[in-house]
Amino acid sequence: MCRPAYYTIAYEINPWMSLRRQANAGRARAQWERLYQLLTRTLGVRVDLLPPRSGLPDLVFTANAGLLQGRTLIRSNFRYPQRQQEEPVVERYFRRRGFRVVTLNPRYRFEGEGDALWLGKTLLFGFRFRSDAQAHEELTRILQARVLPLELVDQRFYHLDTCCCPLDAETVLWFPKAFDRYGRRVVERLAETISVSEADAKRFVCNAIVLPAPAGAKGGPGGKDIIVQAGLSTPLRRQLARRGFRLHEVNLSEFLKAGGSAKCLVLRLA
Amino acid sequence: MASEIVHVSGHIIDSLILPKVLDEIMDLNGTFEILEISIGKRKTDPSSARLRVHAASPRHLETILKRLARLGAMPLHLHDVRLVRAMKEGVFPPAFYSTTNLPTEIRFRGRWRAVQGIEMDCGIAVDPLSGRARCLPVASVRKGDWLVCGSEGIKVTPLERARQPATFQFMGSAVSSEKPKGQLIQRLAKEMRAIKRAGQRILVVAGPALVHTGSGPYLERLIKAGYVDALFAGNGLATHDIESALYGTSLGVRLDRGTPEKDGHDHHMRAINTIRNVGSIRAAVRRKILKKGVMHACITHGIPFVLAGSVRDDGPLPDVITDTLKAQEAMRRQVKGIGMALMIASTLHAIATGNMLPATVKTICVDINPAVVTKLADRGTFQGIGIVSDSESFLRELCSALHL
Repeated sequence: MCRPAYYTIAYEINPWMSLRRQANAGRARAQWERLYQLLTRTLGVRVDLLPPRSGLPDLVFTANAGLLQGRTLIRSNFRYPQRQQEEPVVERYFRRRGFRVVTLNPRYRFEGEGDALWLGKTLLFGFRFRSDAQAHEELTRILQARVLPLELVDQRFYHLDTCCCPLDAETVLWFPKAFDRYGRRVVERLAETISVSEADAKRFVCNAIVLPAPAGAKGGPGGKDIIVQAGLSTPLRRQLARRGFRLHEVNLSEFLKAGGSAKCLVLRLA
Repeated sequence: MASEIVHVSGHIIDSLILPKVLDEIMDLNGTFEILEISIGKRKTDPSSARLRVHAASPRHLETILKRLARLGAMPLHLHDVRLVRAMKEGVFPPAFYSTTNLPTEIRFRGRWRAVQGIEMDCGIAVDPLSGRARCLPVASVRKGDWLVCGSEGIKVTPLERARQPATFQFMGSAVSSEKPKGQLIQRLAKEMRAIKRAGQRILVVAGPALVHTGSGPYLERLIKAGYVDALFAGNGLATHDIESALYGTSLGVRLDRGTPEKDGHDHHMRAINTIRNVGSIRAAVRRKILKKGVMHACITHGIPFVLAGSVRDDGPLPDVITDTLKAQEAMRRQVKGIGMALMIASTLHAIATGNMLPATVKTICVDINPAVVTKLADRGTFQGIGIVSDSESFLRELCSALHL
């Protein structure tokens, strides 16, 4: 994760951002802190911190730094120049910690975990608004796994993780309208789907952090913890609870102003 | 019609990307042919496909390609053509690209440009300022000309698959003396009328046998009726045509009776001599010395002709171009805008002309010798048919079919 010391709305590179709707710095810091505490104190997750940098407000969205496999980071090739400046920062940070950093063909854009989500052994790969379809081929080679490109069709849901969330190897929480009929068919064939309403989708409920069930977990068959943006609808809350998920709601309203929520603020290291 | 080859790879089957690509092409009213497809064996193995996308126009193709690019299906040619300067007069750079007679485009400064005057066995010269690309025979290379080298950035479009079976589908049949000629000639006549209506030109390549067999008058009729826009021939045809106009014989044989005339063997030399005396065939017409025949019809109807010389020529006539390269140049100038070429009873000129024509020109080769037709077909791709027939009956039938 990365502390939002310099987080602000400095440019508009997605439909949620508006320079006229500024993030409240104090509130943003408090909200981030609450997420951080929830992860570290309550759920016992180890979180490494990437030092924030002035001039890189979106560095907080560490999910886009790249995709990790073991001790290798596949670094992102950002589409927008404003975020491209984050690339060397990310590279330096990971190299210093002994990770191997690989980059894809610079011709193809790839925005890390934002567009790449594991569903069991298959990697779902969202493309169109940020990542390019062609990048999936190199990922296939590097990861030695099946990488399925899925076209995103609603520019509000410009990253795969804004409209799709694998809850486990066979279940996906998603907003189906963000995909076309091919994408929908692919996902429906691969997993059981839980569709969210448009209202829920706009609240970025799909941008949830799913933690694996800890050993000796109590609380039902799912046993997993899900950190999700506060304010999700009651029917959805009930649906997830019925499947045994423990919901932790966090208000990340200041980050929604940049088009991101819980999932965008973390990068999975292991 | 425009087309481009695209390539897509990865997990294109499981992700439905390949079916999506094909659906997209069809939704946008294009068509495709799968050239190559290889499917990964294991789940983790990627697949790949190469397909040719066809669209009604370059702009339409561009729309489709843009959409496909977003899905990861990229055209094969992403780079501009490679240009190298010619170091010597009349010599291509070593890695020069040698053309076919198929419609060809080169990619220059990111844009595709058609190569003008496409002809087989030439180089492609590009003017770096205007981006204009044209075919250049090796003998015409000047020092400093920019020639296309290698194969990057060159797109060759195969001949359109026939959409309407009617037009010219009777073409492409194998050479045989055993085909119903009557029907063939009827359809040929129809095609000729269509070509003229479309404003294209018809080229006739004729050998001296035309005159010997007495078919001269039929060719004259075609010329006068406007079905011939250019004539390629040699000294032989012109000489014997003029001989027949002046003496009524061809190689000394009376054309009305088919019997040799006494001392007829020198008629052709006298014919040549007469024209040489007045300076040109046109002069002979103007001075009313030459009053009929094929060459006369060409002059009076303003039909351009190129008489290319050969080592066996007597004389030759002053209009014959004896420098082969100059003759080729003259022929090239007449090849523009040709939609159909009728090659009758001529081996040498038929092949020379065939070499110069783009693959899009419909070619009809009529010869009593099947080998000539085969030879022509072997040289390169073209839409053509061969008719094994003597020229007299062919031309007589053709004139009849054209109601002349």
